[in-house]
Amino acid sequence: MSAAFALFLHDLKLQFRHGSDLVAPLAFFVLAVLMVPLGVGPEPNLLARLAPGMLWITALLATLLALDRLFQRDFEDGTLDLLALAPMPLELIVLAKVAAHWVTTGLPFMAIAPILGVMLHLDSASFVTLEISLLIGTPVLSMIGAFGAAVTLGARRGGALLALLVLPLYVPILIFATSAIGAAGEGLSSRPHLLLLASFFAGGIVLVPFAAAAALRNALE
Amino acid sequence: MNEYQTFFAMGGYGAYVWPAYGLTALAFIGMLGWTWASLRARRREEQGLSAAGRARRGRREAKS
Amino acid sequence: MTTARIPLLHRYANPAAFGRLSGQILPWTAGASAILLALGLYFALFSSPPDYQQGESVRIMYVHVPAAIMSEIVYGLMAAAAAAGIIWKHALADLFVKAAAPLGAAFTFLCLVAGSLWGKPMWGAWWVWDARLTSELVLFFLYLGYLALVDAFDDPQRGLRAGAILVLVGVVDLPIIKFSVDWWNTLHQPASLITMSGPKMDKSMLLPLMLMIGAFTTFFITVVLMRLESELLARRIRAWRTAAGDE
Repeated sequence: MSAAFALFLHDLKLQFRHGSDLVAPLAFFVLAVLMVPLGVGPEPNLLARLAPGMLWITALLATLLALDRLFQRDFEDGTLDLLALAPMPLELIVLAKVAAHWVTTGLPFMAIAPILGVMLHLDSASFVTLEISLLIGTPVLSMIGAFGAAVTLGARRGGALLALLVLPLYVPILIFATSAIGAAGEGLSSRPHLLLLASFFAGGIVLVPFAAAAALRNALE
Repeated sequence: MNEYQTFFAMGGYGAYVWPAYGLTALAFIGMLGWTWASLRARRREEQGLSAAGRARRGRREAKS
Repeated sequence: MTTARIPLLHRYANPAAFGRLSGQILPWTAGASAILLALGLYFALFSSPPDYQQGESVRIMYVHVPAAIMSEIVYGLMAAAAAAGIIWKHALADLFVKAAAPLGAAFTFLCLVAGSLWGKPMWGAWWVWDARLTSELVLFFLYLGYLALVDAFDDPQRGLRAGAILVLVGVVDLPIIKFSVDWWNTLHQPASLITMSGPKMDKSMLLPLMLMIGAFTTFFITVVLMRLESELLARRIRAWRTAAGDE
């Protein structure tokens, strides 16, 4: 267990050392949101209707941005081979990497999302639900994304391929997260949607590491 | 002639029904044709390569 | 090497042996497919009534629905084969996934376009975010993803294995995707009187539909057997090439 945590911290340190790796996703969030009113016009009602979807789509794309590097660096310099041979199960290694990825993409997005919500005139009733949906949903994005990164490891044109594989799998999360926020905005209960999201989280934590580890073993053979 | 025209018009929906069936035909012909062509080409190639391979093995065994 | 000692399934990983087996099956499935197609088309286009609501456009259903059914069955078969390939490590299983995928993708595409052609006169738009069509679109991308992934590796075996894992993840996610899209659709669109699955099935409409489904199925079996032999041959060709290169 502590070995996994050590790996998690190590990965985080690596991310923070190359500071520019963190700025790019954050800058992307703000820029993407800026594009929306520029593209559809600044009318507050329209933006408010688009806000939950646009925020979550931005979160999706931002997660994708950072996924390439998840296993690539370790794969290229041989670290992944060593990790696979370590006594720590590969599934746990996957979880550690997913956690590190989330801390550097999902968590910053959660921090900046309220500001983006204000820019998009998001319903004031929706902000809490927005944050909760991000808290539950972005780790699932990282998990599914990690599977995509693992299965495309060693493939040609891995980056574009990754998006093609992972976006269809993101559809349920997008649907339930945005409907949760929308429900809150209308004064309805967002609990059922959030509970469903939580079930994706639970299922993902159990199943994704096995799939990703199998894919990693395939890439390392 | 009128009967054919009526049939072809498909109650006004002809412009939708016929392309649908046409695409189906294209899809079937495409799947079958592409598969058959590639199968024939590969059969031929495999025969050539295995004949060459057996010839090489024959030469090697003759040398040893 | 005597064939008697090789376990049954492994024998058929040999393209020549497989070719002989499929050569015995193919005439039957191809013949059945041709007959079912002819009968199905006759009943679909000539000998069945138009719908009282949708008129003659309902005839599109006779290609749209079989294509939709095939698109899902093929993916299910791919998943079963992928699981078999991972559990028993049999070459035929992995290659079946690769053989079936383009066919499934074609059926999905056909379903989408036929659905679009059906939707335009019915709902007035070339594309509608109907739950069925939207799910089919996502399924289409699951197929495309597999096809792109399996060919993206220099080592074909690695590609097959990665693809198999992807299909298994996809098949687990597919019901979730369909459920979520269905739910999203009822949230955002009013219920429509005309559903994509067609009006209440009258016996006169059930017959051409069943015939066409049979035609599509036997056609798939025919072509997938051919593609499977083709993939086995491709593998054998690579082996010969490597052997020639080694000398």
